[in-house]
Amino acid sequence: MQDTNTVDSSVTSSPFIPSSASVAQIMRTVIYALIPGIIIYIGLFGWGVLINIVIASVSALVFEWLMLIVRDRPVRVYLLDGSAILTAILLALAIPPAVPWWIPVVGCFFAIVVAKHLYGGLGYNTFNPAMAAYAILLISFPRELSLWNAPLDQVKHALDFIESLQFSMFHTLPATVQYDSITSATLLDHVRTEIGLGKSIEVISRSPIFGYVSGAGYEWVNAGFLLGGLWLLYRKIISWHIPVAMLFGLAIISSISFLADANTFTNPLVQLLGGASILGAFFIATDPITASTTPIGRIIYGLGIGLITFSIRAWGGYPDGVAFAILLMGLTVPLLDHYTAPKVFGARKSK
Amino acid sequence: MKKLWRFKGGVKLPGFKSLSNTEVKQAPIPEKIILPLRQHIGEAAEPIVAVGDKVYKGQLVATSHSFISAPIHASSSGTVVDINKYSIPHQSGISEMCVAIKTDGVDEWDPMIEPNVHPELLSADEMRVRIREAGIVGLGGAVFPSAAKLKPTRSIDTLVINGVECEPYITCDDALMRSRPEDIIRGILLLRKLLNPVECIVAVEDNKPEAIALLQDTLVKLKDAGVGSVNTIRVVSVPTVFPTGGEKQLIKVLTGKEVPQHGLPYEVGIVCLNVGTTAAVYDALYSGKPLVSRLMTVTGPQIKNPANFEVLIGTPVENILAAAGGVISDKHTLIMGGPMMGMSLLNAKVPVVKASNCILVETSAEQLKSTAMPCIRCGTCAAACPMNLLPQQLYWHARGKEFDKLAHYNLSDCIECGCCSVVCPSKIPLVHYFRFAKTEKMEHEVKAKFADQSRVRTQVREARLERITQEQEARKAKRKADRQKKKAAKSDVNIGAVTDTDTDLSKQISAG
Repeated sequence: MQDTNTVDSSVTSSPFIPSSASVAQIMRTVIYALIPGIIIYIGLFGWGVLINIVIASVSALVFEWLMLIVRDRPVRVYLLDGSAILTAILLALAIPPAVPWWIPVVGCFFAIVVAKHLYGGLGYNTFNPAMAAYAILLISFPRELSLWNAPLDQVKHALDFIESLQFSMFHTLPATVQYDSITSATLLDHVRTEIGLGKSIEVISRSPIFGYVSGAGYEWVNAGFLLGGLWLLYRKIISWHIPVAMLFGLAIISSISFLADANTFTNPLVQLLGGASILGAFFIATDPITASTTPIGRIIYGLGIGLITFSIRAWGGYPDGVAFAILLMGLTVPLLDHYTAPKVFGARKSK
Repeated sequence: MKKLWRFKGGVKLPGFKSLSNTEVKQAPIPEKIILPLRQHIGEAAEPIVAVGDKVYKGQLVATSHSFISAPIHASSSGTVVDINKYSIPHQSGISEMCVAIKTDGVDEWDPMIEPNVHPELLSADEMRVRIREAGIVGLGGAVFPSAAKLKPTRSIDTLVINGVECEPYITCDDALMRSRPEDIIRGILLLRKLLNPVECIVAVEDNKPEAIALLQDTLVKLKDAGVGSVNTIRVVSVPTVFPTGGEKQLIKVLTGKEVPQHGLPYEVGIVCLNVGTTAAVYDALYSGKPLVSRLMTVTGPQIKNPANFEVLIGTPVENILAAAGGVISDKHTLIMGGPMMGMSLLNAKVPVVKASNCILVETSAEQLKSTAMPCIRCGTCAAACPMNLLPQQLYWHARGKEFDKLAHYNLSDCIECGCCSVVCPSKIPLVHYFRFAKTEKMEHEVKAKFADQSRVRTQVREARLERITQEQEARKAKRKADRQKKKAAKSDVNIGAVTDTDTDLSKQISAG
């Protein structure tokens, strides 16, 4: 007879099937889903995008490592969970491609140290770290954060990798290149300024900043992010509720505005495929830690982000409002979760 | 094709069914049989044999008087050698009262047991008595005394026979359906007499096509043989999603009805029994034999020859492991039940009980465990929960031991199916927290009750002390009063004297 007394004496509890997914896998999958958009972005707007991503990733990992040591947490597991890099990439995508190196570094400091670890680390942060950091950068360094690159095909001299790196590190440009010649207003910024000057959308849309449906170049970047987002839906990494609700909310309010006054409001497609709508809907608003967790809660959360985004763009102080909308709706999450808990199986009607 | 519904949540799991899906083998009679007196939900049975008594196979050794309970029978012939506490299959390895029988190897049936050729002629009450006396309990795992289930207080529309067997690895119900399809159908016909349902549904997951075909063939065969009542029986193939075999989930899939919260299936006109229970009913009514054995799967990556066995209730697990060729390495974990809802056994000496449908010999528990990460609030657990609970919220409140919140989020509705744990990307052992919280909650309630009782006791004591003090004081006061009275009586004399003097004085004064 077998000696069965050697059976592990520690009391273990079912299920005894190892769980299928892991946090690291989820984070990795989201990063993979960003790749098409990033490649298009680099292709159309230059190496600055990649340089920002690398600087942000490295500094995020360093800050993460430091905080894990300070907080006495298992370094290896958390450093490899992919969450810090994902935050870094999202932040890098949120800021303009041509910024000095310390912008992503300061951003990552705020994202990782303040917004993430001071709130308790992975899973405990109240606000999306990337968006909180972006908001802080936008408020603290408005000049650096509002000069966006023009598409490469619209500038006389496209910066190569070394020139981009020099710009990032030393803030120097080749002698023949003017700073203004590589940057341009973004579509939403342009529309906002021109409307302020009393021009009509009809006139404004003749600008080369407009592409086929929304911002020249940016529309393709957003198409890339849309592709990645749909893949995340297909892989069931994110649920449909938040992206669909957010884009639906944005579409509804921008359609109504457009139909009411086509001279001051752009058509809904500009809103949906311009700015950070797509990136926000599929990659940022879906951040599980800071989003609502119930199906109905997620729909309200998404709708709210869509409506606030449009309100900020149309009537607020900033050309784009995705980051602020996500941060604001993040405040409502505990309440949403509380009041939208689904009915338990077999719940009696009287309850 | 029958219209099917679906329940929210659930998970698709790898089956591992082919591992053990063999012909049914007979497990050898062990030298010693250990029969726990509580193998069912409800009160423990009371032993009616004494140490030294000779018992036949099938002889009653412990009886029960309460409605929610079941008697226990000797599973082989031999001598009662001990009535004492033995370690039973339980998560914490606790011991409970058991009757131990040293077998004689003859396996001789009780001569009093007689087959019944026409059990369908029995009255419903007689059938129920026989089912009860045969010690039949729900063999799907819940071990609820069947006779109690078969006496619903309202009319029944649907009798559901559960042959779903949704846990990975387990194949004993499949083996039963393949080896005894006719007995199951005949068992259903008897149950039909008891409950008078409009229809009977045998539900089998679509990963068991052979069992479905055999049951359907049997229906045709019996119909051809002139058994008209088989027309009310339907074999329905249901999608393989865990936990479709859960009673509430299966009823939802088959009828679209939800068993009300904290309620029972009969409230929506349904009774649900496992195929194994149905076969046990057949045995009890046709052959008169009580429940003394069951089919059981022995399987897993760490057992040499996985197979299905017919096992005598009370056989120690180690004997069955030996019958299956023994374990492959020492680095294994013994699990009674399936990988999703089973419990790990602390030792292999514990007996097989009526609820034991599987012994799973898994790789060591440490290898299965991985470090838990913080919850990232992804909500995958809620999407997987077949009871539509919010496991993540329950997890927070279980950690904080907030019992009000746990009640608010319906902790008591958790069926501990394990879906949330399996899908959790942070590898948080959610179900483990919920089991813990349930026990804590119970303890908390017991403590609260105890505190209430203590308070009442203290109040009573204080009242008593108060009363005693008052009485003492009253007595004291009385004594004092008495003393004063006496004193007064004494001083009355003095006073009288004084008075006299006074009078004298007054006299003197007046005289003066």
